[in-house]
Amino acid sequence: MARLELKSVGKSFGAARPADGVSLTVEPGEIVVVFGPSGSGKTVLLRMIAGMFEPDEGEILVGGRSIVGAAPERRGIGMAFQNFALFPHMTARDNIASGLGARAAASDAAPRVEAISRLLKIEHVLGHAPRELSNGQKQRTALARALIGYPDVLLLDDPLRNVDAKLRYEMRLELPNLLRRGAAAVLYVTQDYREAMAIADRIAVLVDGRLEQVASAEQIYVTPASVAVARLFGDPSINLAEVTPFAEHGTLSAMVSGAKVRLGSADGHLPDCPCWLGVRPEDLVISVSASEDAIPAHILAVTPMHEKAVLLLRLSDGTEWLTALPPDAPHGAANDAVFVRFAPEAALLFDRATGLRIGLSHRRQAA
Amino acid sequence: MEHVSLAGRIFRGVALTLILVFFMFPIFWILLMSFQTNEQILRIPPRIYFEPTLANYEALISGQLRTAAGNLQISFMRNLFNSFVLSSAAVVLALLLGVPAAYAFARYKFRLGETIAFTLLSFRFAPPLLVLLPLSLYYQQLGLNDTYFGIVWVYQLIALPLILWIVRGYFEDMSPDIEHAYRLAGHSWREAFTRIAVPLAGPGIAAAGLLSFIFCWNNFVFALILASADKQPVTVGALAFVTASGIQYGQIAAAIVLSVMPTLLLALYAQRYLVEGLSLGAVKG
Repeated sequence: MARLELKSVGKSFGAARPADGVSLTVEPGEIVVVFGPSGSGKTVLLRMIAGMFEPDEGEILVGGRSIVGAAPERRGIGMAFQNFALFPHMTARDNIASGLGARAAASDAAPRVEAISRLLKIEHVLGHAPRELSNGQKQRTALARALIGYPDVLLLDDPLRNVDAKLRYEMRLELPNLLRRGAAAVLYVTQDYREAMAIADRIAVLVDGRLEQVASAEQIYVTPASVAVARLFGDPSINLAEVTPFAEHGTLSAMVSGAKVRLGSADGHLPDCPCWLGVRPEDLVISVSASEDAIPAHILAVTPMHEKAVLLLRLSDGTEWLTALPPDAPHGAANDAVFVRFAPEAALLFDRATGLRIGLSHRRQAA
Repeated sequence: MEHVSLAGRIFRGVALTLILVFFMFPIFWILLMSFQTNEQILRIPPRIYFEPTLANYEALISGQLRTAAGNLQISFMRNLFNSFVLSSAAVVLALLLGVPAAYAFARYKFRLGETIAFTLLSFRFAPPLLVLLPLSLYYQQLGLNDTYFGIVWVYQLIALPLILWIVRGYFEDMSPDIEHAYRLAGHSWREAFTRIAVPLAGPGIAAAGLLSFIFCWNNFVFALILASADKQPVTVGALAFVTASGIQYGQIAAAIVLSVMPTLLLALYAQRYLVEGLSLGAVKG
C-alpha cells in the first residue's frame, strides 16, 4: 500500500497554466475527489500522475518514490477514462484481462477476471465486443480493467460523465466500496458537486490550476475557503451581496439593501475592507412582517420542486437572491412584497480583494 | 428512408448503367480480344461472335510469339513474376518503414516533423522523368542499376508517401487514451503499438497497402530506365508485342487480362478488411 503525494506540481501550456503549485496527499484507502469547473486543470493533473505528460516543476511520489519521468506502465497506476478507452478489437473479457499487464499468465487471469466482473455485475457480457455494450456496461468494464491489477494509485477521470442518470446514482452508491477494496490511493475527478460529496473522503477544489481548499464535503459546504469555492457548491448557488461591515454596540453588522443585518460579535478584529456577504439559499427565512434586520424584497418567481421550492427575490437595491424553502413552508406568490432574514451564524464573509473567507467570531477559524 | 420520385429512380438507374457501360466496356472488349486472333480483331466491322482461341494465352505462357516475320522469344511470364516480386517487396518495405513513421508523425511533435512529412509527400508531385536522369547516374555509380533492390528502392518514392499519409490519418483519428489505457495496464510502448495502434489502424493499413501495390504494379518509367530485360515488369515487357511485323493485339489483350488478375484478386481479398474497418467505430462513448 502506498501513499500518493503531489509536491508543488506545476505545468504550463504556453500562456495557460493548468497546474500551479498543486500539493496534495492521498493516503492508501482514501478517496480524494478533485472537483472544479471545466478548464480548471483537473484532467491535466490526472494525466501528469499517469505519465501522459510530465510536470514542469514539483514532484509526484508514490510510496515515497518519485514517479516523474517513469514510463506509465511502471507507475503502478490504474485509470478509468471519461470516454471509457476500451480496446474495440477485444472482447470485454480480454479488455479486463489486459489490466493485469504483460506479466500475468493466461491461466491465472481467468478466475480474476471472473471475480472482478461478478463484483461489477458484468459477468454476462464478458464475451461481447465493446461496441455491443451499453455505456454503463462499458464504464463497468473500464473500471474492472483499472481495478483488477490492484494498483497502488487509482485515477478516475469523470467516469460517470457519459452514463445515464439512473445508472449514475447506482454507481455513486457502489463506487466508494469498490474503490476502497484494494486500499489504493484514489483520485477521482468530477464536475458534479453532488457526485463529489457522495464519493469523497476529502474534496480538493481546483480553480485555475490552484487548489483552493482540501477538506471534507461538510467542511467545504459550511466553511468554504473562498468565494470561488462557495459558489461551486450548492444548488441553488450561494447568494452574495457587496457589503462593508462595521462594529456597533459590540456586534458586527452590515447594511444589505437598506437593512442593517447582524453578522456576529465584534470582539474579533474588524475586517476593514469591502467584503462579499454570502448566505446559502436554504438559510434565508421569508416573512411578511417588517423589522430592522429584515431585508425588504419582492418575489419575482417561484419554482416549485419536489423536495424544495426555489424563490427568486429582488432586494430593494436590485440585487437578485434565491431562497430554497421546504415545499410545504408558506411562501408568497410572484410580485408579493416580503422580508428576508437570516441568522448571524449563516453569514459568510469574504474579502472582496482576495476572495478569501474572513472568520467571524461566533464560529471557529476556517480549516 | 428518403423518398425518391419514380423519375428520379429511373434517371439514377439509367445514369448508373451508362457509367457502368462506359467504364466496363473497354475491359469487356479486351477480354473478348484476348480470345481472338489478330485477323479477327482487325476485321471491319468488328463482330461480337467469333471462334474463340486460346492461342494468345498459349503464346504468352510458352514464351513463343509466332508472327509473320518468324518466331520471337518473349518473357511475359518472367515479366509477370518480376512485377509481382517488385511490387510486393516495395509494399512490404514501405509498410515496415511507413507505418511506424506514420505513427510517429501522428503521435509526437518533433522538430521539423511537418516539414519532413510534407517533403515525403512532395515526392509524389515531382514528375518521375525529372528525377530519372540524376537517379540513373547515381544508380550506375552505386551499382544499383538493373537490380531488384534498386527498383524496389525507387518504388519507395511511390509507395512510402502514400502509406505514410493515409495511415497517419488513421492514427490521428484514434483516441490516444486507448493506447494510454493499455500502457497504464502494464504494457510497454512497443506492445501498445503492435497490439493496439496497428490492429486498430488495420483497415487503413490495408487500404494504403493495396493502393500502393496498384501504383507500383502500374509503374512504367522507373522500370523502363532502371531495369534490363530480365528484371522488367509487365508494363515494360508489353513493349515486346510491338514487333517488326505489326502489333500483336491478341497477345496484348491476353497480357492485360493476365496482368490485371493479381491486383484484382488482391482488391477482392482486401475488400473484406476495408469494409470491416467501417464497423469498428466503438471507440467513442
